[in-house]
Amino acid sequence: MTARMDNRFAALKAEGRPALITYFMGGDPDFETSLNIMKALPAAGADVIELGMPFSDPMADGPAIQMAGQRALKGGQTLSKTLELARKFREGDNETPIVMMGYYNPIYVYGVEKFLDDTISAGIDGLIVVDLPPEMDDELCIPALAKGINFIRLATPTTDDKRLPAVLKNTSGFVYYVSMNGITGSTLPDPSLVSGAVKRIKGHTKLPVCVGFGVKTADHAKAIGAAADGVVVGSAIVAQIAGSLTKDGAASPDTVAAVSTLVRGLATGVRAARLVAAE
Amino acid sequence: MNQTPQPNSFRSGPDEDGRFGIFGGRFVAETLMPLILDLQGEWEKAKTDAAFQKELAELGAHYIGRPSPLYFAERLTAHLGGAKIYFKREELNHTGSHKINNCIGQILLAKRMGKTRIIAETGAGQHGVASATVAARFGFPCVVYMGATDVERQAPNVFRMKLLGAEVRPVTAGNGTLKDAMNEALRDWVTNVDDTYYLIGTAAGPHPYPEMVRDFQAVIGTEAREQILEAEGRLPDVVIAAVGGGSNAIGIFHPFLDDQDVKIVGVEAGGRGLQGEEHCASITAGSPGVLHGNRTYLLQDHDGQILEGHSISAGLDYPGIGPEHSWLHSIGRVEYVPIMDQEALDAFQVLTRLEGIIPALEPSHALAEVIKRAPKMGKDEIILMNLSGRGDKDIFTVGKILGMEL
Repeated sequence: MTARMDNRFAALKAEGRPALITYFMGGDPDFETSLNIMKALPAAGADVIELGMPFSDPMADGPAIQMAGQRALKGGQTLSKTLELARKFREGDNETPIVMMGYYNPIYVYGVEKFLDDTISAGIDGLIVVDLPPEMDDELCIPALAKGINFIRLATPTTDDKRLPAVLKNTSGFVYYVSMNGITGSTLPDPSLVSGAVKRIKGHTKLPVCVGFGVKTADHAKAIGAAADGVVVGSAIVAQIAGSLTKDGAASPDTVAAVSTLVRGLATGVRAARLVAAE
Repeated sequence: MNQTPQPNSFRSGPDEDGRFGIFGGRFVAETLMPLILDLQGEWEKAKTDAAFQKELAELGAHYIGRPSPLYFAERLTAHLGGAKIYFKREELNHTGSHKINNCIGQILLAKRMGKTRIIAETGAGQHGVASATVAARFGFPCVVYMGATDVERQAPNVFRMKLLGAEVRPVTAGNGTLKDAMNEALRDWVTNVDDTYYLIGTAAGPHPYPEMVRDFQAVIGTEAREQILEAEGRLPDVVIAAVGGGSNAIGIFHPFLDDQDVKIVGVEAGGRGLQGEEHCASITAGSPGVLHGNRTYLLQDHDGQILEGHSISAGLDYPGIGPEHSWLHSIGRVEYVPIMDQEALDAFQVLTRLEGIIPALEPSHALAEVIKRAPKMGKDEIILMNLSGRGDKDIFTVGKILGMEL
């Protein structure tokens, strides 16, 4: 699969620490600001970038990401523009892996083949599509893998041992373990439960297992990172953006800096979490 | 020459993956996948379980009041001067609409599965009331998600749900209407996977819901088919029903799908006209997409963002349609047509005055299509229409539009 993704996880393994994976919504609150946020993420310590594709009906997301999507759509964001964000980012960074995350309908309407060709030319490394479980692999997963784009699947506490092999079968890049049953932005689960779940998944795959849902602070990142190959932070970043906006919901001069500050803190968290002897 | 190849039967779908042609499917988050697979397994067993079917039939007879009558609308027929018009009187069911047929079936499944909490979404409140009713009858706590906008415009139904012991949670996310209520119900389900049963109100959502809801509602068409054969000695020429999500329509259509001589018409909400965005005609003016677990016709923009529909009838105010309808449209078995707000409102008044029946605004759309067609048909021809709900809930909306003091 894409060299950027494999290289990044190999380098982190050598460094002996988990990845910090940062999510933000493309186009929130406007195209230029979100491009500047994206450009600032690697310098602040993000190892992998999750680029959110806004959707009008985000069924698996909590209020923070719902509102981010609405702000982006109100600002005129479209799937084409989200691809354009990645393309512009790649002009200055050809190493940080980018994973696009969202829901299937905008991709389906854009056209699967055209979408995959455009993700390749925009420098995208992987896709996370929340409403495409393995039962729907023919839609996008198989065509994406055929073109060399990673398809990163979510595993959840309801994914039992019987189901795990089916979930992992066509997964590549990394496995995204959703640490609880629920929507994004909920409270952090007990790290010891997460650690058990990660071990269970690692029993079925050699892929890195990254954990998300509920991670908000450097301490969370450290606690979760001790058990996982990567820590995903989304709602906290999106909330940081929301908190920095003007009363009218526009970007303020502090918006980009506010994100950088949060991400720098999270980065110290993952750096304090030495990986337990990998496998 | 260019005819679409027709299947041997129009009644054999969906396939094992929940597909009706390219429509349907299981487009849900991984957290929910094991749950809908469980539900499918339980549903497969219940379908052929005599005890389950017996309990369903007994509750149908003694709690809902089935079979609902088939009624020859003599004065409306004379007024229109054409085809004979029959109504399947689903508005006489307990709780006042067809929605209860599905709710009774699903609550029995929830009980079988050992679930202890019911959630539901509602637009106009008819499904919410029916869900709250069966939850009360079977002793389940029930949470109904309802868009904040709908909570305001459907106050009587909100009160009924509360009387029945349900908790009504207003949804302010998005635009606060039915699709947002469905999003919020899905978020609840994803969070409370162990104990919660999601009672979906229409023949949409991920497999097995479209099939299951259809089968619970098909009692409408099965009864009507027998009743019309008894009354007229033959099948109707046309069957007509209103389509929002499409559960009352698929319920009456399905038993007639293989009767090739029976023309079938689904009526969509044309709102204020199809030129702008103020309508809910997903098939007539929408395009295929993926929402709420299935692929189907949707109202959406060029970027795949879902649009808010508009209809005078809150029950038709949904930007999608059940996947089986999308398939029946694509193969040409069912014709889908729009009816405007004003036409439905006129039909509402005609029926009230001529037959002494106050219909809900949803079947008033079907009725407007009947009023268009009947005069052009022969007096020996027959139209069967699903009168899916009564209009008590709509008197405030209608009163406001007609400028009457209530």
